Amino acid sequence: MTRATPDGPPSPAWTPDRPIVRLRDVHKSFGTFEVLKGISFDVAKGEVVCIIGPSGSGKSTLIRCINALVPVSAGSIVVEGIEVTDPGLDKLALRRKVGMVFQQYNLFPHKTALQNVMMAPIHVLGQDRREVEARARALLAKVRLAGKENAYPGELSGGQQQRVAIARSLAMRPDVMLFDEVTAALDPETVKEVLVTIRELAEEGMTCMLVTHEMNFARDVADHIYFTDRGVIVEHGPPATFFASARDERTRRFLSQVL
Amino acid sequence: MSAGEPQRPGTLPVLLPFAPSRTPAPARLRPVHGWLLCGLAALALPAWAQGGAAAPSPLEVVIKWAPLLLTGFAFNVAISLMAMAIGTLAGTGLGLAMLAENRVVSAVAWGATQVFRNVPWLVLLFFVMFLVPFQITVFGLRLPLPDWVKATFGFSLPVMANVAEIVRGAVRSVPDTQWEAAESLAFTRRQTLWRIILPQCLKRMLPPWMNVYSLIAMATVQASIVGVTEMLTLTAQVHAAEGGRPELFAPLYGFALLCFFVYCYPIDRLTARLERRFETR
Repeated sequence: MTRATPDGPPSPAWTPDRPIVRLRDVHKSFGTFEVLKGISFDVAKGEVVCIIGPSGSGKSTLIRCINALVPVSAGSIVVEGIEVTDPGLDKLALRRKVGMVFQQYNLFPHKTALQNVMMAPIHVLGQDRREVEARARALLAKVRLAGKENAYPGELSGGQQQRVAIARSLAMRPDVMLFDEVTAALDPETVKEVLVTIRELAEEGMTCMLVTHEMNFARDVADHIYFTDRGVIVEHGPPATFFASARDERTRRFLSQVL
Repeated sequence: MSAGEPQRPGTLPVLLPFAPSRTPAPARLRPVHGWLLCGLAALALPAWAQGGAAAPSPLEVVIKWAPLLLTGFAFNVAISLMAMAIGTLAGTGLGLAMLAENRVVSAVAWGATQVFRNVPWLVLLFFVMFLVPFQITVFGLRLPLPDWVKATFGFSLPVMANVAEIVRGAVRSVPDTQWEAAESLAFTRRQTLWRIILPQCLKRMLPPWMNVYSLIAMATVQASIVGVTEMLTLTAQVHAAEGGRPELFAPLYGFALLCFFVYCYPIDRLTARLERRFETR
């Protein structure tokens, strides 16, 4: 696959001065329905990007394209020098760099919280069990779930399960974290505990891409906000300017509905 | 439509969605029923025992031949257990092949499963009995294949197909989101299947798997039709050896019936109990 890169010939080597995630004219169709109609943007290392927009605007599809859960129809996505649209893509190599948290947590129900966190580093990365366990316990403590190590997902609240899911992703030591409406299925009182965890992560310098409906959270945490509607980015900018002076009519209508 | 049922105005006779209701508790078979049946049989046997003075009583006949008949029953159990073991191994492979990403592999596996599931077990048995030679030569070593071994292969075919369907259904019943979660953690497809999906299915697969066993255990008597020495064959032979007296028919076959019932009923109960337990989880 050939692609024009403004900064020289395509090279797999990634350096911190380049965006860690780069999307160029990404298209995605399901049958005849075009969900993404040419999305382009960059995410710098350590940046927190929020993607907002009405339901059905392709936000979740977009974020799933980044770790190749959904194949792209056209365009280019480069994550740390890995071309995601390359037909010979090493999906596993890509997914080791990109962590993902889902709306429905998707924990493994037959494993305890601790085992959920430990599984991938042990079986995918082949790391030492004892070392992984120590790290998994530390991660669970970090998401404020110390003492819940041996609980099964079914015994945990939604917010607790979602925090285990975050710890599970972090255990792979990803460079980018994708959050797909992670608070949408939660009770209002547990939303906060999950958002606190994500905020801490962002403050530590983790590169985060969030699809979210939590506007206040986006305003507080995001470095950059993208508003998508019907498969295109309608408007974007840093939160201060984005929320204060949205220019597009669609953006203004959406914001008036959710704020 | 029944004429006796008065139709209220405005109510059309519609076919309501069928809801399989649990059998109400009073009508349900309980272990006590099984024991009652055994008790009745035990009571009935002495009645037969008071037969003519010249010929041995039916009870005496049953007791006399019980060791032989039970040996036959042991063959039934052995055939069913081995058929189940072979069928489960092969069926798991076939079920996973049906789920393979390779279209050809999954299509062939699907076809095989459909064929072996939708033909009478007895026909499969006949095929195996007459197509498999009585001995095979492996590296110059001649291995005899006795009838009961061939019958075991014959029964393992339907077991295989049914287990394949159980495996496929159970794997399919796990939500796609589990696959997605595993994928996003860089698990390979194989790792996902063995470490995440199948362990979740085991519980779901157990009751239907036990159900297949119960069926195959009872079906092993069909081996008598192709001349395998098992309980039913021996019962017929014993009956003939005792002069084919009509009054021996019920006790001898009743004994066979009792053996199978005592063996299969607890399995059936356990299956039902497991089903209920897993359902509530």
